[in-house]
Amino acid sequence: MNDFELPNFALALPEMFLLGMTCLVLIVDLFLNEKNRVFTYLLAQLTLLGAVVITYYQAGIVSEISFTGSFIRDEMGDILKIFIYIITAVVFLYSRDYLRDRQQFKGEFYALGLFGVLGMMIMVSAHSFLTIYLGLELLSLSLYTMVALNRDSEASAEAAMKYFVLGAIASGMLLYGMSMIYGATGSLDIAEIGSYINENGISEDGKINIVLSFGLVFIVVGLAFKLGAVPFHMWVPDIYEGAQTPVTLYLGAAPKLAAFAMIMRILVEGMQPLVADWQMMLTALAVLSLAVGNIIAIAQTNMKRMLAYSTISHVGFLLLGIIAGNEDGYSASMFYVLIYALTSIGAFGMIILLSRSGFEADKLEDFKGLNERSRWYAFMMLLIMFSMAGVPPTVGFFAKLWVIKAVLDVDMAWLAISAVLFSVIGAYYYIRIIKLMYFDKAVDKAPIKAAVDMQFVISTNGLLMLVLGLFPGALVAVCQSVIN
Amino acid sequence: MTFEKFMFYLFAGILILAALRVITARNPVHSALSLVLVFFSSAALWILLEAEFLAITLVLVYVGAVMVLFLFVVMMLNINVDSMREGFIKYLPIGVAVAVISAIEMGLVIVANFGPDKVPALVRHGVEYKNTESIGRVLYTDYLLSFEIAAVLLLVGIVAAIALSMRKRPNTKFQNPSEQVLVKKADRLRIVKMKTEDRQS
Repeated sequence: MNDFELPNFALALPEMFLLGMTCLVLIVDLFLNEKNRVFTYLLAQLTLLGAVVITYYQAGIVSEISFTGSFIRDEMGDILKIFIYIITAVVFLYSRDYLRDRQQFKGEFYALGLFGVLGMMIMVSAHSFLTIYLGLELLSLSLYTMVALNRDSEASAEAAMKYFVLGAIASGMLLYGMSMIYGATGSLDIAEIGSYINENGISEDGKINIVLSFGLVFIVVGLAFKLGAVPFHMWVPDIYEGAQTPVTLYLGAAPKLAAFAMIMRILVEGMQPLVADWQMMLTALAVLSLAVGNIIAIAQTNMKRMLAYSTISHVGFLLLGIIAGNEDGYSASMFYVLIYALTSIGAFGMIILLSRSGFEADKLEDFKGLNERSRWYAFMMLLIMFSMAGVPPTVGFFAKLWVIKAVLDVDMAWLAISAVLFSVIGAYYYIRIIKLMYFDKAVDKAPIKAAVDMQFVISTNGLLMLVLGLFPGALVAVCQSVIN
Repeated sequence: MTFEKFMFYLFAGILILAALRVITARNPVHSALSLVLVFFSSAALWILLEAEFLAITLVLVYVGAVMVLFLFVVMMLNINVDSMREGFIKYLPIGVAVAVISAIEMGLVIVANFGPDKVPALVRHGVEYKNTESIGRVLYTDYLLSFEIAAVLLLVGIVAAIALSMRKRPNTKFQNPSEQVLVKKADRLRIVKMKTEDRQS
């Protein structure tokens, strides 16, 4: 009993700050009436800003483990967390006017959004299966509720129900796999699991302990469900379409970063010796995701649904980097997921920008003739779509290039070729939007109105696609240094 | 067969039968009651493993609170079971086939690796050993972080439940206790001066 060491609480300072402030947001919101609700929003933004500052000043050189091995603070975690805060702050900003116009401007949206951020932070910093699972549940529970928050819409209720049931199945799968790994290794701590597998996982004649690969299958299935990789992608389009656009924006961007961290912690840090096993499973998932995502997206007429299928194909790319199974591949994957999150908030931000009270711009034809209505926003959308398609000089091209190069370096040429092939197919539906914007006549001629800060941020978001594409060096260096 | 082993098989058998009843019973109330039996039998299994604190918690929390609430909801909602059973027969063959195949596959892996000869025998403790205390000790030390996250998870659950179910109705009638307390005599009572009537004679 005396061997208990008091944990180093300072390492979890960002988490504690965020939790404290979220509770404050919850309480303050109780005393505000409809007119002053904007204070809830400001407080939520302040919370995220404070978390950025704390995480930034805390970023040290060495990684440290605390809370008896269940928590880790390292550079990869710091970078992912800072991106999660920034992306969530942008999501809150984009959704403010949209929600206000629809009488949906509720404190719960921000409180649950912040709880979700806390869940993501815990997933990013987790160092044991138990913490990963709890963080994931915290995030998922917030997401289910946010999807259902628009109570008068039948589509939202249906989406929330589907999301909840499928999410629960995925959690069950993940948990079952974790319990199998625990049964085989006798530990939940990722470092201990890693060293056990290193020593006892593979027998002299190269056979893998069957319980380990049995557990691995379930874990990969659980991860694939959460990421939305084919064949576990059925929920993605329905939920993207059914949820309100701000919620889609929220659940499409930042949680992907947390999912990347979860893959890194479980598969790379915990089960690196089983790389041959999970490589094969991920390859199947990646190729199917690329194929299904890119081909089915062509048939969509709903913008949100199309972007959902585009997400599925991007998940395929994200997995490619992990499949490479070396540090270069992981850095490429991390770069890809960061860029994807930035691009996707831009794309959904444009839907919000074009929507107005009583009108939802989520059909492809709503983008017709955008160039006549506003040259600037059409140009922003052009940059975002080019980045998603991977057209140089936007950053999407560079992200795809790096991932494909990582795959080529480990002699998986056929994988690289299929990735390029499906990207070319995918380019069709991104460029179709550009065609609609520039070469078609506008059906809807209403002026585009937005608050000044929204105009500024969405312009920055669009220009960032170009700037990062021309000067990717800094972000690339960051991704490389944190993975090594 | 020792007495303990006999008890194990007895409770395990009841558990499986009750679990089957949960999904096959026609009446949802019967399903819920079978679920109570499932929880109770697994509590008994935990007692056999000397985990009496967990067993008692399972009975208190799940049987005592959760299932009673559940039964309440089932009775309140009057769920139409027949519509939920549509397609049950249609999907039964493929469902059973998938379940049987995966059960066999999983069974092969699990039996081969976690059979009675592979797992070390249970450590038996004396009477003075308290597992409540040992759970408490690790819960607030080694598993402090997980414990706190679980607490936040419950908070989110509360927020979610309230956010999804609370509706403000504009025409709700309600009492304002502070106004009720602060009420003055003058607010309610009007003293009217009037002439006394003559007695009718």
